[in-house]
Amino acid sequence: MSEVDLGYWGVPLAMLGGAIRVSTPFLFVSLGECLTERSGRINLGLEGTLVCGAISAYAVAFETGSPWLGVLVAALCGALFGLLHGLICSLPKVNDIAVGIAMMLMGMGLAFYFGKSYVQPVAPDLPSIPLGAWSDIPQLQAALDINALFFLGLFAAIVLDWVLRNTRAGLYVRVVGDSTAAARAMGVHPNRVRVISTLAGGALAGIGGSYLSLYYPGSWNEGISSGQGLMAVALVIFARWKPLYCFGAALLFGSAGAIGPALQSVGISSGYHLFYAAPYLLTLIILIITSSPHRLLSGAPAELSITK
Amino acid sequence: MSIPWHRPSWATPLARHSEALLIPVGALLAGFLLFALFLALQGKSPAEYYSLVYKAGFGSAFSWQNTLVRTAPLLLAALCVALPARLGLVVIGGEGAIVISGLACAQVAVLTQQAGTAPGMVLSLALMFIASALVGAAWIGAIGVLRHWRGVNETIASLLMTYIAIALMNHLVEGPMRDPNSLNKPSTAPLTDWQRVGQIPGLEVHWGLLAALICCIAAWLLIDRTTWGFGARIAGSNVRAAQLQGLPVGRMIIIVTAMAGACAGLAGAFEVAAIHGAANASLVSGIGYSGILVAFLARQNPLAIIPVAIMLAGFEASNGLVQRRMDLPDATVLVLQGIVFLAILSSETLYGRFRVFTPERWQPLPAEGEISTVQQGNPA
Repeated sequence: MSEVDLGYWGVPLAMLGGAIRVSTPFLFVSLGECLTERSGRINLGLEGTLVCGAISAYAVAFETGSPWLGVLVAALCGALFGLLHGLICSLPKVNDIAVGIAMMLMGMGLAFYFGKSYVQPVAPDLPSIPLGAWSDIPQLQAALDINALFFLGLFAAIVLDWVLRNTRAGLYVRVVGDSTAAARAMGVHPNRVRVISTLAGGALAGIGGSYLSLYYPGSWNEGISSGQGLMAVALVIFARWKPLYCFGAALLFGSAGAIGPALQSVGISSGYHLFYAAPYLLTLIILIITSSPHRLLSGAPAELSITK
Repeated sequence: MSIPWHRPSWATPLARHSEALLIPVGALLAGFLLFALFLALQGKSPAEYYSLVYKAGFGSAFSWQNTLVRTAPLLLAALCVALPARLGLVVIGGEGAIVISGLACAQVAVLTQQAGTAPGMVLSLALMFIASALVGAAWIGAIGVLRHWRGVNETIASLLMTYIAIALMNHLVEGPMRDPNSLNKPSTAPLTDWQRVGQIPGLEVHWGLLAALICCIAAWLLIDRTTWGFGARIAGSNVRAAQLQGLPVGRMIIIVTAMAGACAGLAGAFEVAAIHGAANASLVSGIGYSGILVAFLARQNPLAIIPVAIMLAGFEASNGLVQRRMDLPDATVLVLQGIVFLAILSSETLYGRFRVFTPERWQPLPAEGEISTVQQGNPA
């Protein structure tokens, strides 16, 4: 089938497709970060978790031939990183932001250390669902060729939102995040809840990493993550600590990343670096508008060190 | 019966200082040991690793030179973290300030390239460094302003501004500021020869090292030895107490973040004027992030930053030799850094836990005549 010339209509279409493709890892890391932050801790180390998830998924998929087994192992690997972060931060007087930076260094180090031998081999990709098969326009088909993990991420956002609102476990997470003293009075162990939240958050980030190496860009190299793990922190602020908003924020950040290639396809090649900075600028502006020296950010967990 | 042993007057300060020295050194050794275990598990010899690091980082004049060249920007990047940290702020955006001020340095260099006379050249060089320091100060100082004025979290703001700085740099270097002759790697126009920073005679390391050392000592004097610094440290440990004392906390925050930014700005200027010779994507080298590691390992003490930065620079300088001799990937040094960082951070929990280090335990005993009344349980 030959390409249909869509003119400038190709830009929003390419952006939509790009946004969906690029946003999936954003979605998973931001959901993981959201859960961790709702329990009152911040995990700045998800960048390391992401690349470790990417390499472990790639290695397992290559050795066993099963990409889904790779996703599972990436989740386990991420959970392990979350557990380590959670346990170290449970020691008194230890700064969770600094531990996150250390975990980022170590995660990237371990991933690149063990990933050296996987730069060449080709692992099987995750399958995608051709939702655009009804259309004759190849660009639309390409845009709607969506990976199953995207829907898994959407599902996870809905489930996380529901769990936080309606279940006992969700109440524990929220109460620990809002007041350690109140949690203690309820008989909840704050550190235990925070370790479990960080662990689960790490598992989600690990899955996000597996998407990077197994679907898009779909290979393993040292530049595989362009800071999505670090961005997760900004994204969660942008999403006001709400899992469903994380979905929208991930799409927005993803489309900002996709705008450059989309414009290039119609011949506009300058200035797209500035578009790339747009989400950060937007987050910063939102932070400036909504912050106040006299009260907490609205929606922010009160025990979070960055909101104090 | 307990023997009242002699407790000299220097025992109390010794106990206090040895805690501040022994715990980090112990944690560092624990980190090295854990990394040795990591190597041993893969059948690599930790002894060979550490001896290679010594050889390539500190073993000869050439290796010292290699180490010290890497030390200079690390010192400045670490100051960018350590200064605000003494005020209780976690600023992690040094990378952005380095990038943006490196760009300013290159731009001023291009604008003043025509200077022909000797005073003109000196002025041009001075302007390059002043502009870089000012841009750096404005970049990180803005984070202090936002913190004071709007209560915006400085960690997140500095992280966001780093991404903005990198995007801005990419845009300018590939667009308006691009030198048409830079084909493969978009760059600004190269500095002319006299705009390049030379080397310290006899050391073969550029002058940035001396500038960075002076900055470290000046920062230490300011924060640890002046009344103003004492006020800043009070604000860092208890904002309410500082405000009740009438200390100008907001002004302190803005001044300290601006100074921190100026340090990062100098790092960017030396990267351009002494190493790269033009501003391009090489400015995004992760030095800003390594500076975070150095500052935390030094526990935010500007003087302790010096040995820590030299040590880390030595590990980085030896990375190439380690790769070739031991067939280890280049990420080995990252793993080591991560493990050591985690060990140091975990050791924060140990302060005040050991009775040996508590100053009260070492206070001189009361005079002879008072002993019988003080030590009641003592059978004479």
